Amino acid sequence: MSTTRTDGVRPEGRTLLPQVRLKHTGRWISAAVIVVLLVLLVIGASQGDIDYAAIPAYVVSPVILEGLVNTIVLAIVAQVSAIVIGVAIALMRISKNPVAVAFASGYTWLFRGLPVLLQILLWYNLALIFPNLQLGIPFTDIVFVSLNTNDVMTTFVAAFLGLALNESAYMAEIVRAGLKSVDRGQIEAAQSIGETPAQRMSRIVLPQAMRVIIPPTGNDFINMLKGTAMASVIGYMELIKAANNISSFNLQVMETLIAAAIWYMVIVSIASIGQYYLERAFDRQDRRPGGRGKAPTLRRRVAADLGRAPLIRSTQ
Amino acid sequence: MTTTAPAPVLEAISIGKSYGHNTVLEDVSLEVYPGEVVCIIGPSGAGKSTFLRTLNRLEVPDTGEVWVGGEPMGFELRSGRLHELSERRLSAQRAKTGMVFQHFNLFPHLTVLGNVMEGPVQVQRRRSREVREEAVAILERVGLGDKLTHYPGQLSGGQRQRVAIARAVAMKPLFLLFDEPTSALDPELVGEVLAVMAGLAKDGMTMLVVTHEMAFARQVADRVVFMADGGIIEQGPVAQVLEQPREPRTRQFLQRVLE
Ligand SMILES: Nc1ncnc2c1ncn2[C@@H]1O[C@H](COP(=O)(O)OP(=O)(O)OP(=O)(O)O)[C@@H](O)[C@H]1O
Ligand SMILES: [Mg+2]
Repeated sequence: MSTTRTDGVRPEGRTLLPQVRLKHTGRWISAAVIVVLLVLLVIGASQGDIDYAAIPAYVVSPVILEGLVNTIVLAIVAQVSAIVIGVAIALMRISKNPVAVAFASGYTWLFRGLPVLLQILLWYNLALIFPNLQLGIPFTDIVFVSLNTNDVMTTFVAAFLGLALNESAYMAEIVRAGLKSVDRGQIEAAQSIGETPAQRMSRIVLPQAMRVIIPPTGNDFINMLKGTAMASVIGYMELIKAANNISSFNLQVMETLIAAAIWYMVIVSIASIGQYYLERAFDRQDRRPGGRGKAPTLRRRVAADLGRAPLIRSTQ
Repeated sequence: MTTTAPAPVLEAISIGKSYGHNTVLEDVSLEVYPGEVVCIIGPSGAGKSTFLRTLNRLEVPDTGEVWVGGEPMGFELRSGRLHELSERRLSAQRAKTGMVFQHFNLFPHLTVLGNVMEGPVQVQRRRSREVREEAVAILERVGLGDKLTHYPGQLSGGQRQRVAIARAVAMKPLFLLFDEPTSALDPELVGEVLAVMAGLAKDGMTMLVVTHEMAFARQVADRVVFMADGGIIEQGPVAQVLEQPREPRTRQFLQRVLE
């Protein structure tokens, strides 16, 4: 007797039935367990034999701040050098010159294969086998520069070489993957309008490779910030060595290490935020059909991740 | 006869190319004169794309010569010998040719305007203000004056291919090479691209077009070249090759396509 409705309108007189939503009892229980465990953890930590009140002073103490600056300088110098060397090795790796390809493969194999700590120690002790570093023409008496290895191989230089060369091998792989990700047709199109190899690389290939290169490079830089800790082994004054210097006088080992830990968290967080904005800058509109707007800001994205509106309203 | 024939703008002489044991092109010769529109037709695997790509040296032929505007492509003529050019100088030669690809190959990180301005500004080193005016005019002519700041990812296939044509035209090349410019398009988008190409032909652009669009060949081409098995089987005026082919292979192919 009922007729089929095709106009998409709710039939007259038909009311919607009430719906009873599922209660997520399990979710509530597990959330409660987590909160209880965390509270117990905090209570336990507060009862430890530790002088929490001393930590803030260590965080801003001149020794720790010097260590902080040295950590940042070492990480940035090593990462930037690794990027430059990595690009060069990657270009050799994809070149048509078999000697360059073999060299690049061997380089990656060697510097990626050895533990960074071992590499730092090898560089630091170079004077044991080469007391002098000379620049001259082999098999002649002509020497342009001659230096005492121990003068050259400071703790900074040894740590820098160990970290930068190891990282450059990883960067070479990252850059190579980025270059390979660019469609072959892009190079042909650039060729067809007469671009030179250098123009093709800088104008067409690298900008497109960047979106593949940047995320892993950001992760590597964060690892690099933490990896500088290994330089403490040879006595470079980075954060951990600075913390140890203080605690060797007053035995507040945990307090000074926690001060160092706080700084690591700060710089790693800043680096993560920087990485987010760098990625956004290279994430052009081209892969986002229709939309010409920018990606959401970090605050909005975090808010979205947390499933609620931004805490601070933007003023636009 | 007192008039001298014009020099060909593009001349391929005895081009040969193989990949390993697979001979893809064998002794292919072709001349294209200024203002001519030549369509290349033929079955899949005939070597049409490979031949087209040897003309701007995207593919290096094993044997033979390509002359573009009176210059040997990829070489310099010195004391009766051809000396191979560096990749840099070859690039300068390529700037005099234009190519439109089956899959558009637009630069996805540049806007529509950026794609069209890239060659004139970067390769020809022209001032970007005057290039911009020209590029806008060209884009208006292909019907994309309202898409200047769009990115390729925001355009339809037909619009992308029209940008690609504009990009090639902006270089003011001696001739344009098209490799199946409409075969990656949805059927309803083919017409807008062919219309732009017909417009270019009418304006006197020299074009060499690999295509399966027989209607386009019939209406726009001056000459049709039929290729099969790595060689040119037959060529001549459109009416002759398409209506009264001399070679049985051509007849066979046409029967299959026109059915
Ligand atoms: N880079 C390559 N390496 C090896 N073989 C190739 C390469 N490029 C093309 N070929 C071969 O050369 C032959 C001709 O290819 P080509 O693409 O020129 O044909 P086509 O006439 O354009 O065909 P289609 O109509 O399918 O585009 C084919 O047999 C193909 O397999
Ligand atoms: Mg083809």
